[in-house]
Amino acid sequence: MSAVKVKRIASGWEKVLNVVLLIGIAALVIPFVKWAIIDAQFAGTERCTNSGACWVFIKLRLQSFMFGFYETAELWRPILVLLLWAVSIVSLFKVSYGRALRVLPFILLGMPLFSWGLLDGRWFGLSHVETTRWGGLMLSLMITLMGLSFAFPIGLLLALGRMSKLPLIKAGSIAFIELWRGVPLITVLFMSSVMLPLILPPGSEVDKLFRVLVGVALFTSAYLAEVIRAGLRGVPSGQAEAAMALGLSGPQRLFLVVLPQALRSVIPSLVNSFISLFKDTSLVIIVGMFDLLGMVQQANTDSYWLGYATEGYLFAGLVFWVICFALSRFSLKLEKAHA
Amino acid sequence: MAKSPSRVRDIFIQALFFAGLVAFLSFAAHNVSTQLAARGISSGFDFLSHQAGFGIAFHLLPYSETSTVFQVFLVGAVNTLFISVVSIVLASVIGLIIALFRLSPLPVLRAVGTFYVETLRNVPLLLQFFVWYFAVLRQLPMPLESYSLWGRVFLNIRGLYIPFPDDVSAVWIVIGSLVLGLTAGHFLNQYAVSRRRALGRFPAWHFLSYALPIVFPLVAVLLLRTRVEFLVPFLEGFNFSGGAQIVPEFIAAILALSLYTASFIAEIIRGAIGAVSRNQTEAALALGLTPAQVLSRIIFPQALGHIIPPLTSQYLNLIKNSSLAAAIAFPELVLVFAGTSLNVSGQAVEIMTMTLGFYLVVSLSVSALINLYQARALRYERR
Repeated sequence: MSAVKVKRIASGWEKVLNVVLLIGIAALVIPFVKWAIIDAQFAGTERCTNSGACWVFIKLRLQSFMFGFYETAELWRPILVLLLWAVSIVSLFKVSYGRALRVLPFILLGMPLFSWGLLDGRWFGLSHVETTRWGGLMLSLMITLMGLSFAFPIGLLLALGRMSKLPLIKAGSIAFIELWRGVPLITVLFMSSVMLPLILPPGSEVDKLFRVLVGVALFTSAYLAEVIRAGLRGVPSGQAEAAMALGLSGPQRLFLVVLPQALRSVIPSLVNSFISLFKDTSLVIIVGMFDLLGMVQQANTDSYWLGYATEGYLFAGLVFWVICFALSRFSLKLEKAHA
Repeated sequence: MAKSPSRVRDIFIQALFFAGLVAFLSFAAHNVSTQLAARGISSGFDFLSHQAGFGIAFHLLPYSETSTVFQVFLVGAVNTLFISVVSIVLASVIGLIIALFRLSPLPVLRAVGTFYVETLRNVPLLLQFFVWYFAVLRQLPMPLESYSLWGRVFLNIRGLYIPFPDDVSAVWIVIGSLVLGLTAGHFLNQYAVSRRRALGRFPAWHFLSYALPIVFPLVAVLLLRTRVEFLVPFLEGFNFSGGAQIVPEFIAAILALSLYTASFIAEIIRGAIGAVSRNQTEAALALGLTPAQVLSRIIFPQALGHIIPPLTSQYLNLIKNSSLAAAIAFPELVLVFAGTSLNVSGQAVEIMTMTLGFYLVVSLSVSALINLYQARALRYERR
């Protein structure tokens, strides 16, 4: 990199385009602001009569957009679950790396079980809220967090399997990874909702959300395997050799020396996996579950509130955007800190 | 020689793995067959020759309600490939333009590029499908109040109506001649380059290699002009007749897929161009090349090595993402085959296997093609 930054001179075309775009932006932004803010209606409980946006629609639907059909009196449960997830993830980044690694297995196993238990209610002696009532942003987040928690150990095993010397294990891992990476998530969701009940012994009932989670976990594990494998390959071979010289056994070398270094380098990629899975959770609409987008889509078909689809999509888009954009900036920051 | 303990252990682990796999598969197969038998569904691929019994709104292959289930698979597969190919072309072009925006020295262009990329890639693709379909195209006026362009092209809630030749084969002839012209031009260009090595300059007929891709289809159009009649859409009662109708599901799918993927492609191209040293640009400018020449002759060829691998995976993502068009009722493979045909016939195992198999075959063959291309490109580089 040269110390002096030379600024390229804009060509004539670029200057023309610059002016055209400036006019175009003004022509779009001014009516948009007028529609979304100046002429918009925020107060009331009835259909709007104004010419601008009708944010009343969003205001009245906010609870269903966030929590689906979850009972209003029991809302403290999803809120508590989401808070606990937030606390455990933030603390993973706050404590020392070594401690975080030791706590991680407990979070990956404990949090999904606890979340399911509290939201469902029966294990804790609370009222039963069926998974068909879970929805909205909460459902998107739950599928993402639980799916990633299940997928991580499978992905780790697959990554190790793919790097194994044993031909059968290696071939099996490669076949598994490439199979899931080669097909769309929709077909995986279709398959888990249609095929899973067939694979299990006759008469066994499988919850619909659980079927979705199995599909999501298997699908994501293949992508995580490739992420983790890249991390494992990035650890210099001298590390394992030095550990061997110190007399550490194979599993000790892996779990005490190589894996900790590999995982640290893949944290940004793991955040990116979270982002893409979070965006993909909207696909559960296909198998009849309602995440944030699904709830918006459903609200749009309400005959009393017809015609406010734009407001609904804008709201859903904004929520997704804020979360994904913030996380992608966070991932970028981690990447820079690591480099 | 006695086998070492670690070798025995290796074989033991693999035998265990294999036994576990076989046990799981036979357990699953047993359950599937009992369950299917209980539902009265016989396994096998006989159902493929049964009548489909439902219509498909958009098909490139001949299809009717009396067609077979296998034809449903073919129609769905071709529709999937068609929207994928069209979107890949569009996404690449838009992606390149946005990348150039982001690399511009002018702040407005850069801001537009950044806004585009950061907005589209951080919002779920399914939401973008819904926005284009439900919030834009389904809000268009009824046919009577269509938007019209020179009285020949019409846009309304039922889609886009364009003039179209009365004989479809004319379109294929023009496309074929374009492909022929591009191929001939490519080889002529290669020959010209090899002649330059001997002559020290390009031969005088070098321009022909650029002219052929234009001349071939032009000649085809001129020859066909008197034989083919262009049908212009016109309002008949409450709807349009004549010309061709492009259904809104198709337009929405193409828009969503190509605009979303373009945001990723733009970042790939921008990163690759950024990876080429600045000194290259300065040296080229100092030699008197124009900015456009610097980009096309110096920067782009060097960046290509960084672009192709991630670009391939974006193309593969796009093909897989085209299945989301099922959510806005565009009849691609997942909707018509894994959806409707599965519901009609109940042959879950066979249909899911064929659907997954299709995507796997497409993914693997695209990767294989790109690997082949890259191996060739590397060979050129070494020469």
